[in-house]
Order: sequence, then structure tokens, then C-alpha cells
Amino acid sequence: MSKQVAVLGVGMHPWGKWGKSFVEYGVVAARAALADAGIEWKDVQFVSGGDTIRNGYPGYVAGATFCQAMGWNGARVASSYGACASGSQAINNARAQILAGLCDVALVIGADAAPKGFFAPVGGDRPDDPDWLRFRLIGATNPIYFGLYARRRMEIYGATEHDFAKVKVKNSRHGLANPNARYRKEVTKEEVLSSAVVSDPLRLLDICATSDGAAAIVLTSLDFARKHSTAPVKIAGVSTVTPRFPNTVIEMPNFATDSAATVAPPAVPFRDSIARGAYEEAGLGPEDMSMAEVYDLSTALELDWYENIGLCKPGEAEKLLNDGDTTLGGRVPVNPSGGLACFGEAIPAQAIAQVCELTWQLRGQAAGRQVENAKAGVTANQGLFGHGSSIVVTK
Amino acid sequence: MAKKRVPAIDGWFAMDTAEPRLLGTKCSSCGTYFFPKESSFCRNPGCSSTDLEEVPLSPRGVLWSFTNNCYPPPKPYVTPDPFVPYIVAAVELEREKMIVLGQVAGDVKIGDLAAGMEMELCLDTLFEDDAAEHIIWKWRPAKGAQ
Ligand SMILES: [Zn+2]
Repeated sequence: MSKQVAVLGVGMHPWGKWGKSFVEYGVVAARAALADAGIEWKDVQFVSGGDTIRNGYPGYVAGATFCQAMGWNGARVASSYGACASGSQAINNARAQILAGLCDVALVIGADAAPKGFFAPVGGDRPDDPDWLRFRLIGATNPIYFGLYARRRMEIYGATEHDFAKVKVKNSRHGLANPNARYRKEVTKEEVLSSAVVSDPLRLLDICATSDGAAAIVLTSLDFARKHSTAPVKIAGVSTVTPRFPNTVIEMPNFATDSAATVAPPAVPFRDSIARGAYEEAGLGPEDMSMAEVYDLSTALELDWYENIGLCKPGEAEKLLNDGDTTLGGRVPVNPSGGLACFGEAIPAQAIAQVCELTWQLRGQAAGRQVENAKAGVTANQGLFGHGSSIVVTK
Repeated sequence: MAKKRVPAIDGWFAMDTAEPRLLGTKCSSCGTYFFPKESSFCRNPGCSSTDLEEVPLSPRGVLWSFTNNCYPPPKPYVTPDPFVPYIVAAVELEREKMIVLGQVAGDVKIGDLAAGMEMELCLDTLFEDDAAEHIIWKWRPAKGAQ
């Protein structure tokens, strides 16, 4: 049995700060994806929503909220939450429905209207919630964790602030012509290095902003897709892996890692296992990838991903970057969309947006940022509390 | 008169300034450590024990990484006025083979730190209000190390 499903249509609401409801963004993206697929809303049999907890009750039941806004059509529905990985959870659930033969046409939607500044925990006094406690007891903001990872690269691999800044420079150029990107302005290394330090060694321009935005995908069975498109792009592998005990990397929002005192750490650490799960399903490896969209919450984190998704060995990411391999025109461009550096994070939309970008690239529709001869690409992302997220998309 | 000193959270560390210790649990069957305390079920997937005992964790460890926060964080952190930037350290405990976060106490600069340094636990004020001084564990470069 084929484990592939087709990406028949993709669509976005541009990223930015628009001051509207996430529902409106989601509907705009959904309509764009339907139009791109050339199908009608009434033909959608399953709606898979990525949840956004910061938009109140409707955000927790995003799937049905979008259905109502589109005009009830009787579709079956599900809503998924996996923090930053909510989008791939929603894609995976739609894929499972199709592969099980329960439906032919599914619509996946993720949208967010993000608050300003630091992500703050949900309000109130909640001393049993680690996400609340990490702010209360340590002031461990998200950039604190990013700063720890970045400093670790400097300490063990000799990475420098200049390397980190070059990631931003690269991504800012990649996103210049992307109509859905929020920031379309070239950034120089000097500008990054003169921006204020947030969490040493990371500066304001090393860390991604929070944005409003929405992305949607029409997923269908291969049979259905063949009747509507001559060469649909396909999802060949989806990974929603969790860590294996003991997870020895300090992860948001935790105070400590697992203890490895009695059980040896897994041969494949969690972050290395994320893309591996998608490669295995696709029957492909990192050497087969023409490009990657990875979660650059910080510039330094993008370098970690190069290693985690197998583009190079541990400690070689800075060389890969500095050799131009991950720049458009290089061997395996990373974040041709411009990445979070140009988008800012719209949590439940982001993993879906990564697949939208790979789809445009594989169709040759990524004007101004096209990866030549793109045959396959991989996404990578990770959600709070142990949500791996990686998707392999092929021609 | 000095304010009352109360732990910022109950049961996570011993309120003993001379010999501060984080309080975790240890599985009495497989020996795995947990911090914060895991009291119901051992999380080693190969162990089904429900017998976990409270243990003090090693007061010293090796610096894995470090960073700081230069901007006031959102609530529920209690930000003093004026805001004082703070360093956060990730310290690896040798016996427990576990990395534990904590702020760094005292007048330590980022430039004073390097991965691999020996760090030790101490108690310090997290914040003060009218009623009390709220105490938390912190890390600091170990005395007598290096
Ligand atoms: Zn056990």
C-alpha cells in the first residue's frame, strides 16, 4: 500500500501584524488552498485544524471554528495541538484519514494571531504547570533556552556570533521576494551584530518574532489527485516522533533533563530522530533532499538543524553555512522561504507553511527564490513538551 | 527587622543556607533520579516501579551552557524595579547524569563563565514582597575549584 498522499493545493494568509482574528486569517488561507487545488469547499470531507491556545476557546477547537466560518458543510473534523508542531500533527491526522480510506479530500488549516514580545505563559496562578513555573522560578523565557543552545555551539564547536549573524543575512535575502513573508528587507551582518543582546550570545536580530499568519493545504488520495492534476506534489513521510528515555538535552519548558544514571541515552538523540522518522517513511535520506525548511527560532538553532536533519556531521554546520551550501544556488538551500527570520512565528500555521513552501518549490512556482531542479525537500520543527515534526515532500 | 525567608516553591530544595541541596526523587527499583520530584511512577520505560524516595541531589556539577536575560521577562516572574539582568546556567550533575537549570547568583559576568567549569548550588533571593523574602536555588562558580 502506498503511504503517499497528494498536496493538491496550498495557500497562505500573509504573515504580519494585522490586528484581526485568527479565524479570518485561516479562512483566507483555506480559500486560497481550495482555489489552488481547483476544488470546492463542499467537496472537502475532512477538516484538520491546528490549535492555537492563545486565542481562547475557539482556538482549542480550531477545526470546527474554521468549518463554521467557511459555512458548515457537514465535513468530519479534528483539532490537533502539539505546540509549535501543531501543524504537522494536523497534517498527519488528515493523512491518516486518507490512507485509511476514510476520505479522499482533507483540508488542513493552521492560523494564529500572536501577542507582542516574549511568549508568556497562560495567566493566573498555576504552580503545577512547568510552563508557568519556569517563568516564575528562573525567568526562563524561550530565548533563554535558545541562548543556552547557541552558547553550547560556541563552547564545543567554536561557533561565533558572526556565524549566527550570517544565517540571518542569508535568510533575509531568501525571503526578499516572498509575497507571504512579513520582513522583506535585506539585513547585513553589521546590523545583526549591532542589535541589542537579548540572551547572550543571541541578539534581537538572531531571534524570530511572533506573527499573525495562516497556512492551509488540500491533501487528497493519489487517485483523487490524478483526476485533478497531472503531476501533484506528494507527502512521502511524516514524523511526529516523541523522545526516547532518557532525553538528555534540556528542553523547553523543563527545569532538568531526564537522568541517564541508569539507562544509557538513546543511540539516536531526540532531535536527530525527528527527520529520520520522515526519511524512513519516504525511503529517502538527507542526500536525496534538494532543500530544507527548518525551524529557525534563532539563527544558531538553524545550524543545529543542519546536523539534526543529516545535512552534515555534528560540528560542521558553520562550515556548511560559510561554504554557501545552504544558500540559494548552493547544494542544499535551507529556508528558501526566508524562514522564521522573515516570517516570524505563527505557531499552529508554521509547520503547514513549511510544506506550502516546499510545494511551491517542487512545482517551480517559487518566484524570486526558486531552488533549481528541486526534487524533494524536508521540513523540521519541534514543539514544546516533546513534539517532533518533520515532513518529506517529493515531486 | 529581617523579613521572613520562605522558599519560592515548597519541597524543591532544602532551606539550608550552609548546605543547600535540590530535592529530587530516586526510584527504589532502578535507581533513576528525577527533578523536579516524580512521586507516582518511575519514568524509566523499562521500570514499572511506583516506589520513589526523596533524595538530595549533588550540590556540585559541571557547567553545560549558560546565557542571560537582558530584558524583563513576562509574568509570573516578579521583576524588580529597576530590572536587573540575570544569568541562567545549565549544570550537569555527575552522579545523577542530569542537567539542571538555575539562575547564577552574585556578581558573575558572562565572560567569567566557560563550559566545563565546576559550579555549586546556593540559596539566594528570587524576589521580595511586603511579607517575605522568597528564596530559590541558584548556581555559582564553585569555591576552591580550578
Ligand atoms: Zn525505576
